[in-house]
Amino acid sequence: MSIKTRKKKDKIFTLLVMFLSILTILPLFLILLYLIKAGFSALNLDLITKVSRPIGERGGALNSIIGTLIISLLATLIATPISVFTGLFIFEYRKKVVSKILNITVRLISGIPSIIIGIVVYLWMVKPLGKYSALSGSVALAIMMIPNTVTSTVETLEMIPIGLREASLALGASFAKNITKVILPLSIPGILTGVLIGLGRIAGETAPLLFTAFGNPFLNLNIMKPMDTLPLLIYNYALSPFEEWHKIAWGASLILIFIVLILNVLAKWIVSKWNR
Amino acid sequence: MENLKALIQRQSGNIIYRFASIKKLLNFDKILKISLFISAALVLGIVLGFVVTLCVASFDFLKSVGFSSLLKDTWNPLTDEFGASPFIFTTILVSSLSLLLSIPFSLSIAISLSDKKGNKLLQSFLNTSLDLMAAVPSVIYGFWALFTLSPLVRLLQTKLGFAPMGVGLFTAVIVLTIMIIPFSAGISREVIKLVPQELEEAGYSLGATRYEVIRSIILPQAKSGIIAGFILSMGRSLGETMAVTMVIGNFNAFPKNIFSPANTISSLIANQFNEASGLHQSALIFLGLILLVITLLVNLAGAFILKGSRR
Repeated sequence: MSIKTRKKKDKIFTLLVMFLSILTILPLFLILLYLIKAGFSALNLDLITKVSRPIGERGGALNSIIGTLIISLLATLIATPISVFTGLFIFEYRKKVVSKILNITVRLISGIPSIIIGIVVYLWMVKPLGKYSALSGSVALAIMMIPNTVTSTVETLEMIPIGLREASLALGASFAKNITKVILPLSIPGILTGVLIGLGRIAGETAPLLFTAFGNPFLNLNIMKPMDTLPLLIYNYALSPFEEWHKIAWGASLILIFIVLILNVLAKWIVSKWNR
Repeated sequence: MENLKALIQRQSGNIIYRFASIKKLLNFDKILKISLFISAALVLGIVLGFVVTLCVASFDFLKSVGFSSLLKDTWNPLTDEFGASPFIFTTILVSSLSLLLSIPFSLSIAISLSDKKGNKLLQSFLNTSLDLMAAVPSVIYGFWALFTLSPLVRLLQTKLGFAPMGVGLFTAVIVLTIMIIPFSAGISREVIKLVPQELEEAGYSLGATRYEVIRSIILPQAKSGIIAGFILSMGRSLGETMAVTMVIGNFNAFPKNIFSPANTISSLIANQFNEASGLHQSALIFLGLILLVITLLVNLAGAFILKGSRR
């Protein structure tokens, strides 16, 4: 092969790769543009001050916004301590077989289809109690969140210089003091990043909530009762035949994607600040 | 003399105080260790608990209908006919097709991102976009596809002489492809980064072009990791629910052609679980169990290959 054809081949390849790369991210911008176009006209005060209404009456998404906040934050409260402790366990006993099994388990949990989490939590909490509840939704989302936060905790702990741990242990710090005074304060930014990314992931989840939090057209603050979230509202309204509900769903999508993007940007910002 | 006594008293008090605090710490030690163990046990128990729960809940179905339903193809809850084969088939078909479709795209973007001489600005733009694509909620992909993609598919269908439905297998495959690209591209990117730089440089120093370096050095080196990434994204697409449910058309039989409506296991569950009770619910849970077992196996395989490739 002459050098000319080789160079030509290289050029064609480079262009092809570039073209396909741009084509890959094109849908993202199509989605964002469409969301902004369709959602912006739906963004008004009604959307964030009124609750869902039957068709014909002007309704909003207030119940879903509040429900999303409550259910996601509750899930974070459940998942974070369990994940941080599990991460510490994996790190402290990293030479043991148990930790290796735990690592695989965490990976498997992240691979469990979200709808299956919905079914199992339904069987654990909804069927025995006989009612759908926001709390069961939070438990389902917490299970979804655990892998993310455990992984980021372990990764953060591994980055802490071994010298610091040895120094604190050499000074006579106990197991607990070493963890609470040296290791945890140093790893808070990393853990926080994992929590924020996990929160961004679960805030947009629908499937685990279908059979647990179920949805609720009324404003509800009681976590033992069904509660609506933004993804549930989008799903229900998108499949409805009403133009008016589609509009509310576009507005809700815009709010949801805004929340998710903010959480992701925040997480990235913490990482970049911490790395410096 | 008086002073010395006071000093000794104070010191011994200090020492006693210190002992007391050491004792307290030891207790705190124990509490912390126990909570670590409990958390770890909880996490370990999740997967096992899931399998056991689903097995118990699908027992009713297995007792009265049994595994023979896996081979039947009629799904009619009213007459207690629960043929599961169309859904298992569609699930595997949809995720394999979207995986195949996604391969050129995710490989391209991974290659662009790993180019060390590439435009840094463009790379960080691609990188950020990829992260954002992974962050967009599934329900929004579904909503978007329902309103912008399915009219286009309808146009295509009329042109090709199919019934213009817009929703169906084809639309679901396209959405799923878009959704899993960030995932498989992310893994390919990491694996390609792990290829030793000396190998690449050796290639360049022998006069190879970038295309030749990628084809004969980088891709063969990263092969098993890239394959593992594809297997893991297959695991993800098998269980993807919301977007697929919204655009696949909810039809309980084998798809007749690439455009026809169908149901995957997860979309069937999403559509029917809330109205189901008794045997019907048990049948859906059994299908869920099958889905869980398939995804667990696929994920285990991917994880092992990935681990092997990093060694």
